[in-house]
Amino acid sequence: MGRTMKKPKEMKVKPIKNGTVIDHITANKALNVLRILNLPDKKSKVTIAINVLSANMGSKDIVKIENRELYSSEVDQIALIAPNATINIIRDYEIVEKGKIQLLNEIKGLLNCPNPNCITNTSEPVINRFYVIKKQPVILRCHYCERIVEEDEIESQF
Amino acid sequence: MSFPLKNIISIKDFSKRDINEILKSAEGLEAVARSKEESNSLTGKILGMMFYEPSTRTRLSFETAMKRLNGGVIGFAETGASSVTKGENLADTARMVAEYADALVIRHDLEGAARYVSDIVDVPVINAGDGAGQHPTQTLLDLYTMQRILGKIKGLKVALIGDLKYGRTVHSLSYALGMYGVKMSFVSPDELKMPRGIVHDLNQNNVVAQETSDIHEVLDEVDVLYVTRIQKERFPDPEEYSRIKGAYRIDCNLIKGKDLIVMHPLPKMDEIAHEVDHTPYGKYFEQAFYGVPVRMAILESLIKSF
Repeated sequence: MGRTMKKPKEMKVKPIKNGTVIDHITANKALNVLRILNLPDKKSKVTIAINVLSANMGSKDIVKIENRELYSSEVDQIALIAPNATINIIRDYEIVEKGKIQLLNEIKGLLNCPNPNCITNTSEPVINRFYVIKKQPVILRCHYCERIVEEDEIESQF
Repeated sequence: MSFPLKNIISIKDFSKRDINEILKSAEGLEAVARSKEESNSLTGKILGMMFYEPSTRTRLSFETAMKRLNGGVIGFAETGASSVTKGENLADTARMVAEYADALVIRHDLEGAARYVSDIVDVPVINAGDGAGQHPTQTLLDLYTMQRILGKIKGLKVALIGDLKYGRTVHSLSYALGMYGVKMSFVSPDELKMPRGIVHDLNQNNVVAQETSDIHEVLDEVDVLYVTRIQKERFPDPEEYSRIKGAYRIDCNLIKGKDLIVMHPLPKMDEIAHEVDHTPYGKYFEQAFYGVPVRMAILESLIKSF
């Protein structure tokens, strides 16, 4: 007696009409990306894929957000934890802009120095500033106290 | 030729050429530092001193350096007698002192304070120690001491001993020695090892240092023992502190017959036995004197180039 194989029901992720698709996110970092974007909120429709197959990366995460385009400061923050991510802006079902995230050589104001004794962790009127000394994995150096900031210390802030 | 650096904040800002230029100028100024000659090179110039943390040698040697060059000094040596007690922030105090002075010297308990000030004032800024961060003028005088006493820096073998975790002088010094191809040993208890960020930076520049907790491993091969103080407050257990302190104490018995000198940024407590002070090994008081010509060279270079 041959067993009849159940045909899996295809799960359909509807394409979005307007919004942003963040693709090629480093595997298992989608939730950090959501935190950067202050999601979930009460109204945004968000689709998340975690640890899905990727031809180039082995595995990756994807985040789709309807009716939202990103600020450049948000993109810069995403670059810190997912330097290979691509951002697709969708308008009326068409990709109108597609771009790879660029991690800048200098990061200003996006995160705090983890050194509690750094001058930036006081009430002085100062904006945090870091130099990117390595891009993968991301390693930064504080402009002020020269402390090295490693990947886990960056992630823990998002 | 004008000196290429506007500020002296971190030894990482220096090229080897910049360091050599300071060391060369310092040698030419030694006679003035010893009061055997006079100089008017900074007549009419004023140095602003902002000392948020106590300091004896660094502060006095900067004052001496400025006055030997016929310049003047203003500022505060403790925050109690300044507007800091009224709650004024560092940015405002620095801007104000910068309006009165031709260069600033700052010591602060927070890391990055000197860089911060140098970003917001127009006059040259010199870092005289920022928390556990950098102390570049100490490093320059340490290098000068090695060159003056041993005739060279390149090719020396130097052991940095004691508290390598919190001791800011050894952080700056290890970068500089790496630039000269000095073979370094880091000798410390496990609890006070050189921070991984610094070891990482040294490795990036192809500098590899031997790390050990046993001072006897290095005694036969080094030219310089650079000793730092192990502070009691780093150890919650007083017994542990006593045990560790004893293991790194330098006395005549330990170094007898060895071909080396002992340096120390001072103040020293009992990590070096007093008997060493009076031997040809102990060079720390000479080292402290060299702070004056080196700081004279720094002040001249910065103020005249500005």
